[in-house]
Amino acid sequence: MATAVVAYGLSRRSLSGAALAAAAAPLAYRGVTGAWPGFSTRASDTRVALAGHRGIHVREAIRLEVPVEFAYGFWRRLENLPRFMTHLQAVTDLGDGRSHWVADGPGGSAFAWDADIINDIENKLIGWRSIAGSDIATAGSVRFSPARQGRSTQVSVNLQYAAPGGRAARLLAFAFGHDPAHMIREDLRRVKQLLEAGEIARAAKGAEA
Amino acid sequence: MKAVCYYGKEDVRVETVPDPEILNPRDAIVRVTATAICGSDLHIYGGYIPTMLKGDVLGHEFMGEVVEVGPETRRLKVGDRVVVPFTIACGQCYFCKEQLWSLCDNSNPNAWVAEKLYGYSGSGLFGYSHMYGGYAGGQAEYVRVPFADVGPLPVPDSLRDEQVLFLSDIFPTGFMAAENCQIKPGDTVAVWGCGPVGQFAIQSAFLLGAERVIAIDRFPERLALASSFSRAEVLDYSRVDVPQALREMTGGEGPDACIDAVGLESHGTTLDAWYDRAKTSMYLATDRPHALRQAITACRKGGTVSIPGVYGGWLDKFPLGAAFAKGLTLKMGQTHMHRYMPRLLDHIERGDIDPSFIITHRVALDDAPEMYRTFRQKQDSCIKVVMKPGVETRATA
Repeated sequence: MATAVVAYGLSRRSLSGAALAAAAAPLAYRGVTGAWPGFSTRASDTRVALAGHRGIHVREAIRLEVPVEFAYGFWRRLENLPRFMTHLQAVTDLGDGRSHWVADGPGGSAFAWDADIINDIENKLIGWRSIAGSDIATAGSVRFSPARQGRSTQVSVNLQYAAPGGRAARLLAFAFGHDPAHMIREDLRRVKQLLEAGEIARAAKGAEA
Repeated sequence: MKAVCYYGKEDVRVETVPDPEILNPRDAIVRVTATAICGSDLHIYGGYIPTMLKGDVLGHEFMGEVVEVGPETRRLKVGDRVVVPFTIACGQCYFCKEQLWSLCDNSNPNAWVAEKLYGYSGSGLFGYSHMYGGYAGGQAEYVRVPFADVGPLPVPDSLRDEQVLFLSDIFPTGFMAAENCQIKPGDTVAVWGCGPVGQFAIQSAFLLGAERVIAIDRFPERLALASSFSRAEVLDYSRVDVPQALREMTGGEGPDACIDAVGLESHGTTLDAWYDRAKTSMYLATDRPHALRQAITACRKGGTVSIPGVYGGWLDKFPLGAAFAKGLTLKMGQTHMHRYMPRLLDHIERGDIDPSFIITHRVALDDAPEMYRTFRQKQDSCIKVVMKPGVETRATA
């Protein structure tokens, strides 16, 4: 199913850049970034690239046995993300809500983009999108809600990716493999292991999963 | 180091493999002083457990001495003598906090495989396939133990290895099977399978207040052990009609609780048992639940069927209608080891039970291939094999 979504997303992108520029209702994008109604979003090519049903959408959720403040605080330090998102090499906080992301590319290469946090509600929500002109157009949000009378936190991730050109499409295909939902699920499993057990389970040397 | 490795159906070999290393901060390395072959290892040996790979180190019943600890291991110290539970648990997740240790969320690095099959994954297990984490097992000279402060139970020097080794699986497994029966004083419990788990289930049922235990098997030495050592009444299913006999022995009512300590490779002499054999041999079914069918049918109305025997797949001709009609309670699952180990160690220390009564074979690690065969064929009156990795020479008792 998820493989089909990738194939669909990639084939859409290979049609033409013009298709991507077509106007579409920004509802999906708003849902992904967690923008509240009335939140002012600047128009950008990211918004256009991810409008409507374009690109890859992934929605996954996980429950963590830590209080919501702890989960939010860990996530908000973006440098922590590569500790459980294995396709990321590094995330650097550049200040003023901007961050620099470096991910694994094909053949041991790397590719990078910058992103802005466009929505940040303490202990509730972090929403971001890549800045205009990036190789990859990406937007996403992580929602934190208390569960089990506040002993646990439910984390809901909503991600959207699109790449406007040939090279970016290849990078994207590499970064997300054949099953982006699976990859995000495994990322969430690792963050759960890290925050609850303090370490990521592995059975053999070199194996992270 | 030397280790017992899986190479395929009915093919295990003693190989030299790399020594285990500390991989995570909460790890320990244990030098194994005693390890056993479990009945559930025979499911692997028989080729019933998916996601086993050539070269996997087997074994989940083991104990030994701590020789190295990771930087975040605080309670366990080098030199401690410990028994290690076969289920790996982090101690921090929802399930561990709820004492459902064998369902730990954070110990199976390959949880997604089990999720595809079962919806959600149980804990990682030592030496029991990649679906359960791909952790190297304890039929080896050394073993890496994750979450070392949570699982391993220090044991006093006053007790011999053989007295405490079975705290690693089969004693707690038999005990949980009996506890799941919700035994009330005066109850009669029937136990299918008089292998090691069945023997401990019988003992535990009496410990928990059962008035009568009826044990069912076909091997004379197992029935004899159940009868002489554990005071159970016994039925040889190759000679008697078990449901009929149980009805007569319980005044037409049926046992209050039934324990299936057989699992997915059940043998039987009735039509459904042959049907299972035919279907599994053609890969049309995954399990042979003959004992379980009989337990459900034999159980009294409103009774409990407790299933410590291992099942892996989709069961055919499962009599859910009978279970429903009689309002049965079914309880099952991998043992929540950590819940039972300290309490059962107390029983051993007080002399209520000496678990070494089931051992029939004491051998060196090198004897593993022969012993797997012997155990599987039930030759030589084999009930329980204990291997001592430190011992080089053959010392069959």
